[in-house]
Amino acid sequence: MSTKKKTAWNAGLIAALLILLFLLEQVMPSSSMLFTVLKKGAIYALVAVSMNLLNGFTGLFSLGQAGFMLLGAYTYAILTIPVEARNSVYQYFDGGIIQFALPVPVALIAGGIVAAIFAYLIGLPVLRLKSDYLAIATLGFAEIIRAVFQWDKLGPITNGSNLLRNFPSFRSVLFPFIVAGICIALIVMLINSTYGRAFKAIRDDEIAAEAMGINLAHHKRLAFVISSFFAGISGGLLAMYQTTIQASMFKSAMTYEILLIVVIGGIGSVTGSCISSFLFIACSEWWLRFLDNENLYIGGFHVPLLRPGFRKVVFAIVIMMVVLFYRQGIMGTKEFSIEGIANFFKRKPVGKKKKGGASHE
Amino acid sequence: MKKRVLAIALVTAMVGSMLAGCGSKGGSGETGTDAPAAAADGAKVVKVGVYEPASGDNGAGGKQEVLGMQYANQETPTIEIGGEEYTVQLEIVDNESSNDKGPSAASTLVSAGVSIALGSYGSGVSIAASDVFKEAGIPALGVTCTNPQVTEGNTHYFRICFLDPFQGTVLANFANENFSAKKAYILTKLGDDYSTGLGYYFKEAFTGLGGEVVEETFQEGNSDFTSYVTSAKNAGADVFFAPVSTEAAALIIEQAAAQGMTIPMMAGDTWDSNVILNAAKGKDVEIYVTTFYQEGGNEEFDKGIKEWINGDSTAKANNGGDDTIAAVTAMGYDAYYVALEALKAAGSTDAAAVNEALWDVSYTGVTGKIEFDDVNGDALRDTAYVKCANTETGAWDFVAEQGVN
Amino acid sequence: MDWMSRNLPYLMAGISVGGQYALIAIGYTMVYGILRLINFAHGDIFMVAGLIMVYSTTVMPIYIAIPLMILVTVLLGFLVERVAYKPLRTAPRMSIMISAIGVSYLLQNLALYVTGGLSQQYPAIPWINDTVTLFGATTKRVTIITPILTIILVLLLVTLIKKTKIGMAMRAASRDFETSQLMGIKINSVISFTFIIGTFLAAIGSLLFFTNYTGVTPTAGAMPGLKAFVAAVFGGIGSIPGAVIGAFIIGICENIIKGLGWTTFSDAFTFALLIVILIAKPTGLFGEKVTDKV
Repeated sequence: MSTKKKTAWNAGLIAALLILLFLLEQVMPSSSMLFTVLKKGAIYALVAVSMNLLNGFTGLFSLGQAGFMLLGAYTYAILTIPVEARNSVYQYFDGGIIQFALPVPVALIAGGIVAAIFAYLIGLPVLRLKSDYLAIATLGFAEIIRAVFQWDKLGPITNGSNLLRNFPSFRSVLFPFIVAGICIALIVMLINSTYGRAFKAIRDDEIAAEAMGINLAHHKRLAFVISSFFAGISGGLLAMYQTTIQASMFKSAMTYEILLIVVIGGIGSVTGSCISSFLFIACSEWWLRFLDNENLYIGGFHVPLLRPGFRKVVFAIVIMMVVLFYRQGIMGTKEFSIEGIANFFKRKPVGKKKKGGASHE
Repeated sequence: MKKRVLAIALVTAMVGSMLAGCGSKGGSGETGTDAPAAAADGAKVVKVGVYEPASGDNGAGGKQEVLGMQYANQETPTIEIGGEEYTVQLEIVDNESSNDKGPSAASTLVSAGVSIALGSYGSGVSIAASDVFKEAGIPALGVTCTNPQVTEGNTHYFRICFLDPFQGTVLANFANENFSAKKAYILTKLGDDYSTGLGYYFKEAFTGLGGEVVEETFQEGNSDFTSYVTSAKNAGADVFFAPVSTEAAALIIEQAAAQGMTIPMMAGDTWDSNVILNAAKGKDVEIYVTTFYQEGGNEEFDKGIKEWINGDSTAKANNGGDDTIAAVTAMGYDAYYVALEALKAAGSTDAAAVNEALWDVSYTGVTGKIEFDDVNGDALRDTAYVKCANTETGAWDFVAEQGVN
Repeated sequence: MDWMSRNLPYLMAGISVGGQYALIAIGYTMVYGILRLINFAHGDIFMVAGLIMVYSTTVMPIYIAIPLMILVTVLLGFLVERVAYKPLRTAPRMSIMISAIGVSYLLQNLALYVTGGLSQQYPAIPWINDTVTLFGATTKRVTIITPILTIILVLLLVTLIKKTKIGMAMRAASRDFETSQLMGIKINSVISFTFIIGTFLAAIGSLLFFTNYTGVTPTAGAMPGLKAFVAAVFGGIGSIPGAVIGAFIIGICENIIKGLGWTTFSDAFTFALLIVILIAKPTGLFGEKVTDKV
């Protein structure tokens, strides 16, 4: 297939997906768990892709994603709480010192920018570190950010460690899909550009990449800042989805979850990350919930072992299975594409194309 | 080849279950509800959501609160709404004491089609889920979430307990009158709206009485409280005020005793739990709490629920292994009956009708008379019980019934 | 004297916590030295050791429960390595680290399931749980025992590594993994042995830690684990004395910070310290300088 034809196909697919979602919203009751999963899944897809850009495409093992999401979420929330609601939200801090509210899109982008600025500053010292050291340093930074945002001296801005609420949120599932979709499209474009090729070169062999004339420090910083920018936006979206936020939710466990999503989807596959985030959220929030029910009968047979918490054990075992026996994840480094599906059914080995159906001829 | 077949099978299963989810309106299987035996005989079912923590920081308290509802449910499993007999089915979901897991847990209840939701223990999770219930038009009935922000400005969130500004004042007055306390050490948990809120109102009231306070905070996951105890001693505080979860409280009591801290410890309703009694038993500590219910307040209820707890091993485990009645259990029991009153008054299982009916509900339960004000839907309560932990018998001693003048 | 009794408790708490971190940190540093793996599950094994103790003391006397707890914990550490890390030995380093995160996730969720999400009261061990008074400061005896026991164990371990054959094999494996294999060292048994020592010390650490801080929750191992790892990096990963000194420094600093009233930042400070040391001296206080081979 030619590139043009492929782009048309992809655009058509995306349009079809959005129309399908729109129709679903019209026909199904809005209380269905399906929409909860779709909303949260779209947000996690964005943050997983942004993490994949670092871990999968640039080979930088960073564990700071939760910290950057926190920055995005807080920036968004602080800037959009309506002025008249500020007195009740910042009740212990006399209404806070910020007395204006920005429109939603501006605040979302501001969230991304704040995360990116922090990433730039953090990146200056830590990006020199190698693999595990980088991982632990970024994890440490996320923890430090979390502590700073809980500090009561910053209360007039951050409301201390208390909940921020009353900011605008979304009702339709289309909103997170469109925002996340645009962001993911931008990331894909970046990956397919010269920069993306430089990132992959750094991942495959730093020294060789440097010998080829790639400026390591510059490119690593760029990947780090861009990834954090999108993590910040997804943080803003998460705030909108949850309707309340608090620094204490952005724990390192959240980063681990995102990392597991990336691994299950396949490190180095954008579509893999998207698919696995929907699966991950659906399993943890919806499909496996029946395992928590103590009184589950299948045809009169009382299923043993079931009680609250069992869902998570099963889920963790499944994840371990994937990590151990299905190391490539759902997609490996391949991308989901029409061509891939066509090949799949024609039983032509798809694996021959090494990286990404969408990016290659 | 094998892998491909597997992949196709997985995709089919996935799509299949998605569709199944759509078809049944998120009803039976995936929300984890199986109609109890009673419902099988054709009687209509009304669902009451229970949004409570079963794990995490507040798991112990949440479980005790649910016990009250479960007991009430098996005491009164059916109800007549608009001339028809309905079986009441509790739809229990775990919000994991976590503000970020809470909203999805609440969505589970919404998609299960509950007419009213009860809970939660812990103010933070209640605030976090508030908007989910609001959007779905489902009324929520807070049982022991005492932070004012839960109901403030909401017409769908009600509550049957007193509020923190009241509780904080009661505690501050008590500290001032009984211990002539001039200086209080306040320890709160970061990111816990109940804890910081009650700490704030206590401080307001205490400094209003001319006292002085030292405030400190701890992070989630902290288990080393020795330095806090030392700081409290060094500051020369007269009372140690720690409105925190029972999990942290047990650690604080243990370490305070080990370091020989002799000043009285005070806390709000969360500490009224057998976890505290067990931690304090045999130790040289002095603990005072404010609470909603004093064991012995209603003989019949006490006897009945003790029998039930002792006869059901799961219930006993959920109550912490003994039959001490926590105030939150009594509150959970009352909340269930308030919900039934509202359903009866509404004459239908429609959530909007129940919401309307709740405003005018008046019910006298084991914890006292429950009526709601017209602004936020807060219960009109003007007394709190003060209890003291007896470290010899491992039970609560009644100290005073306090109001605010 | 007054100053002493006011401030000594902070210092004692710091030294005691430091000793407990040290016992966990050794497990991290030894595993990292050989496998270049941050064993994220180590803190959770520490937590499981606490839970085993809680449940075993309900059915048996404490003097049987303690050795049994240590044995079961060691077995668990051994099994985790065999099941979750060994199959990935040739895989990229990131996969094995993710496997470690997966094991940690699994252990936490299993603990959540078993305990029903409730905090479990750790049994009181006689004698070490008693209250003693030292220079006017009251504390539990375990607070004083911890640093002494830690140092004894570390000295024994260092002797083991310096003097015995298996110790030599461990040193060789951490110096050069491939070459040591060529030299006829049974690398799998060396790795298993490393995990056994690491989890043994973590089990002792858990005994001391939970005697002091008596609530065992599914996430009780996460923070101590992370801090112990920071201690290992701080002291120079792969170096046992480094890990011990790093752990004591972190434990003491943390409590001084709390004593100064900066309680919000007691955890953050640990990480700030880590980042400073990583930037100033990336190999830690006692780490050896390694150059990357091209």
